[in-house]
Order: sequence, then C-alpha cells, then structure tokens
Amino acid sequence: MHPAPSVIFFTVFSGIGFGLLTFLGLGYPAVTGWSAFAFFVIGYLCAVGGLISSTFHLGHPERAFKAFTQWQSSWLSREGICAVVALILMALYGAGLVFFGQRWGLLGVIGSFFSLMTVFTTSMIYAQLKTIPRWNSPLTPAMFLSFSLAGGALLAGQVTWAMALIAISGVIQVVLWMQGDGALKGSGTTLATATGLGTNGSVRAFEPPHTGTNYLLKEFAYVVGRKHSMKLRTISFVLMVVLPVLLLALPFSHWIALVAVVSYVAGTLASRWLFFAEAEHVVGLYYGKR
Amino acid sequence: MTTLPQSTERKLGLVIDLDTCVGCHACVISCKGWNTENYGAPLADTDAYGSDPSGTFLNRVHSYEVQPSQGEAQLIHFPKSCLHCEDAPCVTVCPTGASYKRTEDGIVLVNESDCIGCGLCAWACPYGAREMDAVEKVMKKCTLCVDRIYNENLPEEDREPACVRTCPAGARHFGDFADPESNVSKLTAERGGMDLMPEQGTKPVNKYLPPRPKDTLSEGAGDIDILAPYLEPVAQEATGFLGWLDKTLEKL
Repeated sequence: MHPAPSVIFFTVFSGIGFGLLTFLGLGYPAVTGWSAFAFFVIGYLCAVGGLISSTFHLGHPERAFKAFTQWQSSWLSREGICAVVALILMALYGAGLVFFGQRWGLLGVIGSFFSLMTVFTTSMIYAQLKTIPRWNSPLTPAMFLSFSLAGGALLAGQVTWAMALIAISGVIQVVLWMQGDGALKGSGTTLATATGLGTNGSVRAFEPPHTGTNYLLKEFAYVVGRKHSMKLRTISFVLMVVLPVLLLALPFSHWIALVAVVSYVAGTLASRWLFFAEAEHVVGLYYGKR
Repeated sequence: MTTLPQSTERKLGLVIDLDTCVGCHACVISCKGWNTENYGAPLADTDAYGSDPSGTFLNRVHSYEVQPSQGEAQLIHFPKSCLHCEDAPCVTVCPTGASYKRTEDGIVLVNESDCIGCGLCAWACPYGAREMDAVEKVMKKCTLCVDRIYNENLPEEDREPACVRTCPAGARHFGDFADPESNVSKLTAERGGMDLMPEQGTKPVNKYLPPRPKDTLSEGAGDIDILAPYLEPVAQEATGFLGWLDKTLEKL
C-alpha cells in the first residue's frame, strides 16, 4: 500500500492524543487548573491535529460531514462519530478541571471510553479488509490500541504504566510482523484463484493492461520499503520500545521523559510507515507484483 | 445506504468468455469513450502525451500465460471490470452512502456528489475495479452502462453495455443471472462459468468462462498427414549453382 504521509501522521498522532485523553479522563494524572489546561492542550493538539491531517488525503474534504451518516455499516463513519463524541465529552470534562477545579468522574470515564473507541474504530478500518491479509487480523486493533495507550501513558507521565504498555505493544508489534509475513500466503488468494486459470496449469502475468502506470499500481503495489524492511523494523523497535523503556527506568527528569517521548513518536512513525508500505493488496496479483 | 440489500429482483451482469477473447482492447476503448462522454464525471487522462501517462479506466485487459504440466503454454486475454458482487465489500465500507447496490437490478454504483474521495472502497475491492479519478477526485467504476441499458432514446440493439456491444469476437455477454433461462445463466451452466477469488467471499455476479483445451497438433510424433511420406523433400543435397556455392563456402 502507498504510505500516504497524511494517514501515517493521522494514525500516530491521533492515537497518542486519544491515548492521553483516555488517561486524563480516568484521572491520571489528577490535575486541575493550569496544569490540566496544559495536558488537555497537548491531547487536543495531537488528536485534532491528526484528524485534520487525515482530511488531506480526501478528494473532497468539503463533503466530509456526510461521513457521519453510515455508522450502521462503515467503520470509517463510526470512527468519525466516536471522534466527535470523544472530543466534545472530553472538552466538557476538561473545562470542569481547568475552570471549575471539579473532576466530573463519570463524564471522564465515558470520554475515555469514546477516546479508546475512536482508536479501535480507526484500527478496524484496516483490520476489516480481507483484501490486505497482513491487516486482516485481530492483532491490528490490538497494536493500534496498545500503541495509543502506551503513548498516552508516556505523555500523561504514568511511568510504570508507560513501561508496561510499551513492552506489551512491542510484543504485539513483533508478533504482528511475524504473522503478517505469512498472511498473504495463508489467505489462499493467488494469481491462480484471481484468474480462475489455476486448474489449467501454472499462471504467469504475461502482459499488463497498460504501458504506463495507473491509480491501482500507485495505491496498491507499493514495493519500495521491502528491501530495507528488516533494518527499518529494527530501528523502529529500538526507538519505540527499547530506548523509551531504558530511559524511563532511569531516575525521572523532564528532559529524559522528553527524549523518551520523541524516541517513541519517531519509532511509532517508522512502524506505521512499514504498516502501510509492507501491506500487500491482493489486486497486485493481477499485475504479477506479489 | 451502504448496507447491502438482502436480495435483488434481478442480477444484471456480464459473462466473459476467456476462450473467445482475442485481447484487442476494443471493450476498453468503447468503455472509456461512452463513460467519458455520458453519465458522471469524465474519465481523466493525465500527461497523456508526456513521459508519465496515466488515466482512469473502468475496464482493463490483462494477458496471462498458462503453462500446463504437459504440452504448450497458452496465452489468455483477461478483461476485468466491476463484477457487481452480491456481497460487495466496497459498498459497506463507504462512510457517506455514496456507494450503493441497487435493489432492482443489483448494479453497484457511486453517487459522485456524495463521494468524499477517501478511497476506502478501492482498498476493499479485491479486483481493482474502482479507480480514483485524478482530476475529479471521486471514485469511478463500471456502471454496467446504466445509462444505455434502460435508455429508450437508443435503438434496441444498443441497449447493452458499450463493452458488450463493441466486442468483435462476441466474448462478452450481458444479461440477468436471476433468470435461469437467460443467455448468461445458460452459458454459465453449459461452460462452467467461474467466480474470481471465491475465497474472498464477495459472491461476484459476473462469471468467467474458462478457456477450452487447445487442439493437439503435435500428437503422433512427426507424421501429421498420411500423405506426408510422399511430400518428403526431393533434393536432400543442394545441386547446381547452390551446390557449388555451398561447397565453396564450406572450404573457406
């Protein structure tokens, strides 16, 4: 799949933002006044910034409001609704903390629930696609949720939670990589089933339908990342798991925490780039690209 | 609505005969022509005369080589367009309701004024049947020429999809799969019409007829005709001028 920067930024930053809002909603850290204001600004910058970035890949962003209508069937529509509900609830909850010094606990818990549901619905947009066997797995929502919670814990300054969640997300990530490498083969979709010609003999793509490129090849047959896949996986794992956990194990200081956050975000961006770049869409089979 | 209908009154679709298709791409061109000039946003070409030409097409013809374990390889031309699936994954993922499957005839369409161009339907389609138009930024797909098949302004013989109407080999057939007596249902039954990627669970309406086995000319190792012995070359060795030339050149 083509790794569109807008979607990579969106999933990473809105994931971390909603993760932070989840922790704030549950009262970790239990802040009020100006320090609550600072936490909520960071959470909203990440979450809303990510959402705005996601509209950059739309052909007609001016019609985006129509995306709230099809929640009965579409995960993308459900994501939009969850995001708006979460942002409204958390704004009310945040206003209570910042301006009135009050913690409206139930509102915070519901806001946290919708924040996590936003991340879950985002992940289901990818996990539902049978056409991309690497994503079509329960591990995809597990990975998105664990990354979001780990990032949220890190920004919320919950050191113990952050270390545990980063370690868990690291394990899920490695299993997802390993499982994903055999996913296309395991799906049973091949050029033979794609063309129905497998009963006659072995099938080979002889000539493509067009001499130039097209939307399908640009969007679905991205193969640039494959060559350096192992190196990128290692870099990403070190940045998002090894370094942050080691830094958090040191005596706490804001500077060390900042380095841990930067390292975590960089590693997650690399991982998310690989998530798209390595994903094999079955339509590539028709072009002999798999 | 992007929820799929439980069933459709009719199931309009195509039968594509892989035995008959000659790979001339006439269906590709007639499709592009009709669908650029008629319903919906035109199908854009970008840099058409430059170094990186690209364009939107609703129908494309691939070519595959099939090598049986015994005998000669076969070349199969393989036209591919929307299969108007009964369980169309492209429809249910649409967040705006722009994609829908019609209850009356099962055609899968895009309401272009509702399309936000998110591209998710193209991600969900295993067949590459949907292409985002680079200029209009909306999703384009085969409409089964919905603006031809019911169009009473056209002569009756033209009320079928442009690709079917134009195919010089008669490799494309249009009809109603819900009617067991229709031409397409009969062809599918007679020739073992097949689904593409059945394991994806999309239940495509369009069917593909597999190529028939090729004639085996090489059987009988050598003799292809009872008269063959009488047709042996008369002169085994060159004589005359050519013979002299042959010998002279050998000596050099």
